[in-house]
Amino acid sequence: MPEIHLWSGLRHLAGGEEIVAVEGNTIGQMLDALVAKHPRLEPAIKAGVSVAVDGQIKPNNRASKVSEESEIFLLQKLRGG
Amino acid sequence: MALDSGKPKFKYIGTRPNRPDGLDKVTGRARYGADISAPGMLHGAILRSPHAHAKILKIDASKALALKGVKAVVTRADFADGLSGEDWNIQENCMAGEKALYDGHAVAAVAATSALIARDAIKLIDVDYEPLPHVTDVDAAMAEGAPVIRDGAADYSVPEGLHPNVVRYFESGRGDLDEGFAKADLVLKRHYTTEAAHQGYIEPHACLAQLGADGKGELWCCTQGHWYVRQMCAAALGLEVSQLKVTPSEIGGGFGGKTTVFIDPVALALSRKAGGKPVKLVMSRSEVLRATGPTASASMDIKMGMTKDGKITAASGTYRMQGGAFPGAPVDETTVLAFANYNIEHVHHVGYDVMSNRPKQAAYRAPGAPMAAFGTESIIDEMATQLGLDPLEIRLKNAVKEGVRATYGPKFPAVGLIETLEAAQSHDNYAVPLGPNQGRGVASGFWLNWGGDTSASVAISEDGTVAVTVGTPDIGGSRASMALMAAEAFGIPYENVRVHIGDTASLGINEPTHGSRATYASGLAVIQSAKECIQKLSKRAAEAWGIDPDAVIWEDGFARPSGPNAGEFEPMSIAEIAGNMSSSGGPISGHFEASPETYGGSFGTHVVDVEVDPETGRTTVLRYLVVQDAGKAIHPSYVEGQFQGGAAQGIGWALNEEYIYGEDGRLQNPIFLDYRVPVASDLPMIDTVIVEVPNPGHPYGVRGVGETGITPPLPAIANAIAAATGVRFTKLPLTPPRVLAGIKAAKNA
Repeated sequence: MPEIHLWSGLRHLAGGEEIVAVEGNTIGQMLDALVAKHPRLEPAIKAGVSVAVDGQIKPNNRASKVSEESEIFLLQKLRGG
Repeated sequence: MALDSGKPKFKYIGTRPNRPDGLDKVTGRARYGADISAPGMLHGAILRSPHAHAKILKIDASKALALKGVKAVVTRADFADGLSGEDWNIQENCMAGEKALYDGHAVAAVAATSALIARDAIKLIDVDYEPLPHVTDVDAAMAEGAPVIRDGAADYSVPEGLHPNVVRYFESGRGDLDEGFAKADLVLKRHYTTEAAHQGYIEPHACLAQLGADGKGELWCCTQGHWYVRQMCAAALGLEVSQLKVTPSEIGGGFGGKTTVFIDPVALALSRKAGGKPVKLVMSRSEVLRATGPTASASMDIKMGMTKDGKITAASGTYRMQGGAFPGAPVDETTVLAFANYNIEHVHHVGYDVMSNRPKQAAYRAPGAPMAAFGTESIIDEMATQLGLDPLEIRLKNAVKEGVRATYGPKFPAVGLIETLEAAQSHDNYAVPLGPNQGRGVASGFWLNWGGDTSASVAISEDGTVAVTVGTPDIGGSRASMALMAAEAFGIPYENVRVHIGDTASLGINEPTHGSRATYASGLAVIQSAKECIQKLSKRAAEAWGIDPDAVIWEDGFARPSGPNAGEFEPMSIAEIAGNMSSSGGPISGHFEASPETYGGSFGTHVVDVEVDPETGRTTVLRYLVVQDAGKAIHPSYVEGQFQGGAAQGIGWALNEEYIYGEDGRLQNPIFLDYRVPVASDLPMIDTVIVEVPNPGHPYGVRGVGETGITPPLPAIANAIAAATGVRFTKLPLTPPRVLAGIKAAKNA
């Protein structure tokens, strides 16, 4: 299963977990699975997050593919500037 | 969409042809927002709150409506109901509802047959206000007992017990700070502040709007992103998005401040109320400064640990940022970028998004990054001085590179910080001897850059020339860059390509020209569209020759058989194929619609020499060097222009620019005489060095370059002044009175 690294401010909403393993082949599936596993994360995910997959930050692409080997970090919602 | 192959050789990329819009601009032919007119046009004016915070008890517009020539008055009642989130924030900022939230907040607007009548009419509108306590300082806005701007505005992230003006809270980090600081030979903790600075674009906001009772409308405006304008206006007025067509004018600067709307929904509402007559609305400079977004101000606590040989062992930062009377201060970017230049094992960031009675902040060139850099790069410089280390060496020792884990989590791809530091180190400017009262400052900076929704179209004309349409307004020469990339892809002269900025009905949605994305994302879209055209052109040639399309290659504007086995045919030019396109299958064009995500961040390093007059505290910038990674400079002159522009704006922010509010909460410096942006005589020619570490995610290696340049100047200038005076300043701007007071205080200490 892909593993998601949470930023430290989210960990208290995920039972203290820093890394959460969830099912999913896309960013969207993975985020949905994350919320299903830790419902208290829902407001954070709904507010918008960026997802870094193997070093590339993807601001808003639920369809983007992920794999078990992908290194995945949640980041706060970044904007264009 | 990866880099075409290694570091490709180019024919047109990297040359410096004249910009296609240059003649129009130097002859005055270019049409900016206020240049657009229509028959029967009315003129609008906006009544603005004289209070920093007040309940609006009653608005009586009867006297204004009785004035001859007045055709419409609108208030908040003329906008859509039931919005939420950012749609509501934007609507509320364009026209106040129950409360005026800052000095200059719009409360009503008039459309009349002349601008003079409209301005007279707004003076006849009676507004009953009930003034409320106000707060404009970020630390004061968080303090116990501070006036509450809007209860219930905080989101999920804010811990219990914080003041209601704190609307978002963010915390991130890794490692063990105690362990990291314990390894340090020197630990410093400092408090820094930066003031709100305006984007300072030359052209005030202006638009011409027409909206009928049937909900169909058109809008012409100066904007960085007309699809954003369309969506925001449609939400504010309750329109179907596609019923509104938005066309961008030429734009006299934006720097992030024109990625949102301030007057456009108001002009549309006035037009609708005036029976569909077009309404022109143009802001004055004081309206721009009072009521359009500056960036946030910041109050920061930075702590850093370092070994005596310059290795950073730990760093932490707390960032309190006010973004006006709405959520949205760029604390996300500030915290992400705060220590991103450096490879630090133990790091921690805390961010607060705080509301105050100031205008709604808007993006400003690398939003949030300059403030973060001021803290980080200032404390590094002070530590370097205390440890007797060279400031560039200390940065080289800690600089990130490919494979290093960023302070925000993921590993860096190929990046060019080390290359910029080395280029700065070997530049002549770094060896110029300094005289009395002179000092040298260095600082580095970073911006992640951006991709975003992008659509483009490339059409082949009958003579083989090419029309390119993109959706990103040209602010800094991007039409030249697009034409160069198209010329390179087709192998045809730059002059044979004309680039247009399409309106919202011409292309799929586009994000604005923001995030340093235009040359990267629209450029990538143009290249991909051109490749689609080339595929079609090659197919036409193959069909004419009666060979397989795979046996055709495209070189220098010609279709050619790929080798002897493909057959012997005279190469067919783009003009020849285009001339026959109607009889060979019809029009030839290419399109691109996607959200590219392979943007590459850009690092920069600046070196500045200043002289400080000990009698007056005035700082003179003697020489200034910008070194930045462009990935690949498509048109080097405009890359250098971006470097210089970012540096100039950062110098202004460092030395003079600030929003000054009185005790009454009103802005005291709403004109350029008092809000002091740098002018040409304030600055030396800014030297530039373009570093090229190709972005592997772009066919030609492009990285965005527009924003990084404003990130290092704040600390670079402060560091240079510290070197010149021996006094470390931690509060910007470094105006002559502030510097003089610091010098005197140090002497008396």
